[in-house]
Amino acid sequence: MHSITVNNLTKKFGSFVSVDNISFNVKEGEIFGFLGANGAGKSTTIRMLCGILEPTSGDALVGGFSINSEPDKVKSSIGYMSQRFSLYNDLTVQENIDFFGGVYGLSGSNFRERKNWVLEIANLKGKENLLTGLLPGGIKQRLALGTAVIHNPKIVFLDEPTSGVDPISRRSFWDLINQLSEEGTTVFVTTHYLEEAEFCNNIILINAGKLVAEGTSEELKTNYINHKIIDIECDRTVEAMEILEKETFVLDTSIFGNNLHISVLDDVSAKKSVLALLEGKHSFRIRKIDTIVPTLEDVFIHLIEKG
Amino acid sequence: MNNIIEILDLKKNYSSVEAVKGISLEIHKGEMFALVGPDGAGKTTTIRMLTGLISPDSGKLSLLGKNIKENKNFIQNKIGYLSQKFSLYGDLTIDENIEFFAHIHNIFDYSERRNELLEFTRLTPFRDRLADNLSGGMKQKLALACSLIHRPEILFLDEPTTGVDPVSRRDFWKILSGLIKDGITILMTTPYLDEAERCTRVALMNDGKIIALDTPAEIKKSIGKSILEVVCSPSRKAYKIIKESGDLEVQLFGDRLNIMIENRQENIDEIMNIFNQNEIKISGTRIITPTLENVFIHLINN
Repeated sequence: MHSITVNNLTKKFGSFVSVDNISFNVKEGEIFGFLGANGAGKSTTIRMLCGILEPTSGDALVGGFSINSEPDKVKSSIGYMSQRFSLYNDLTVQENIDFFGGVYGLSGSNFRERKNWVLEIANLKGKENLLTGLLPGGIKQRLALGTAVIHNPKIVFLDEPTSGVDPISRRSFWDLINQLSEEGTTVFVTTHYLEEAEFCNNIILINAGKLVAEGTSEELKTNYINHKIIDIECDRTVEAMEILEKETFVLDTSIFGNNLHISVLDDVSAKKSVLALLEGKHSFRIRKIDTIVPTLEDVFIHLIEKG
Repeated sequence: MNNIIEILDLKKNYSSVEAVKGISLEIHKGEMFALVGPDGAGKTTTIRMLTGLISPDSGKLSLLGKNIKENKNFIQNKIGYLSQKFSLYGDLTIDENIEFFAHIHNIFDYSERRNELLEFTRLTPFRDRLADNLSGGMKQKLALACSLIHRPEILFLDEPTTGVDPVSRRDFWKILSGLIKDGITILMTTPYLDEAERCTRVALMNDGKIIALDTPAEIKKSIGKSILEVVCSPSRKAYKIIKESGDLEVQLFGDRLNIMIENRQENIDEIMNIFNQNEIKISGTRIITPTLENVFIHLINN
């Protein structure tokens, strides 16, 4: 069962193609990661999927409604939270919740119940009269998510929801996202932090408006990157990097803590060459040399540089 | 002089709040060092004391072997600082912004150094563009170039990559590697533990104190735990069972669970038994090294 179906969606601004004929599906209740660098067309796509920007061509069904012919129904079946949490800092917690409840037309016992739920997930029970602007970042973020889904939408869009949030708060925020998804809400999320994309059931990556990769994080790591990453633990890392940079079999180098990472095409022969060069010729002491699984960030950078 | 920064029992209170509760730390020349921790841990307060922007209540603080208080001018010229909200002049070009910062440091023969920095940050083609018209990643690189115009020996970076996209972030790290190559010492704060993994040594801060201080690899070893990764279905049910079964730390990544355990067969068998009894289908398991984030959460919870 698909909660979002996107077919050949395109958006042009004059002659500039912001979103270029993309198609994908999002399953009901999954956490779906939507990745891309700045300017890749992420925000334009999200705005179209939320029914606030008309596509140039193509269509999408969001919660069963067409973004072309039923944008109002799309709007009422989704929730949206952006990195600049849409809360009013000069209102109290209570006033913010009331405001969003009002916007979504909630009333009576249903509203009271949902208000309670929001206070609970944001750990703000008994603190309804605090000024929102004074809340710590992590709490504010949970309140923002709570108000974004106060009307119990089937789908929620989270646009870089964890930007600038500390690790502890981020982890508990992801617990909350998992909880929503478990209750059947489809979660469509964008993030710049690729280790967060690991939390997603499925991921797509867009670049220059085009879809360049899709799958689970494991699939992305195995199907989309053909070069291998070698982790080298040795002394004088910086000098070692300078030597390896000059070799043609080394595609890329980076210092990683006390180790050195290099990208190569053939890891078996590269390891031999590195040993011969560093140990044999320059008498470095190599303590460890291993091929490692690329991170999602490695895959992402690879696909974007290739494109 | 191997220790370029020496901190001894440093304390700072803001009225009744103890922001930094007596930390001690030595940073060696050429290190890429990270102060990591959640909001309110005391990272920014520490970096502000180190850059001489605020004074400590007590404790000793020396940079390049000299006491900060008594050698302010000497030290100012030896350090660069990129703050969280770096200030560029939007109505000046890239070239003019760097010129401005050069003048602040009383440097007037800056043009060669400026060319070098623009090459290094790959901003040369845009040197005549107004700072207002730069992308986020480019602004950040310009701010970095400005903080390096006077050839500092120590560079302080306060959460330098917050809100920057992955491509620009990778680019930024490459530039930092280049600085290390030139012998500059870097001290940064970051809330991102995957970034801390790229540093030579890390201090994990929580509640004004340092709770771990070592290389990323040693910090990970120190807790004596491993991560059991289990690919299973239904993964959510499995997650709940582990979470409710006691005090194991567990994280859910799509169809994978990461469970922190002591790496002994009996522990793994026990978890597998729990899964079998609850009809969880397991399609793969492996033992992986904990990430710094795992360790950090573990240390804070204990």
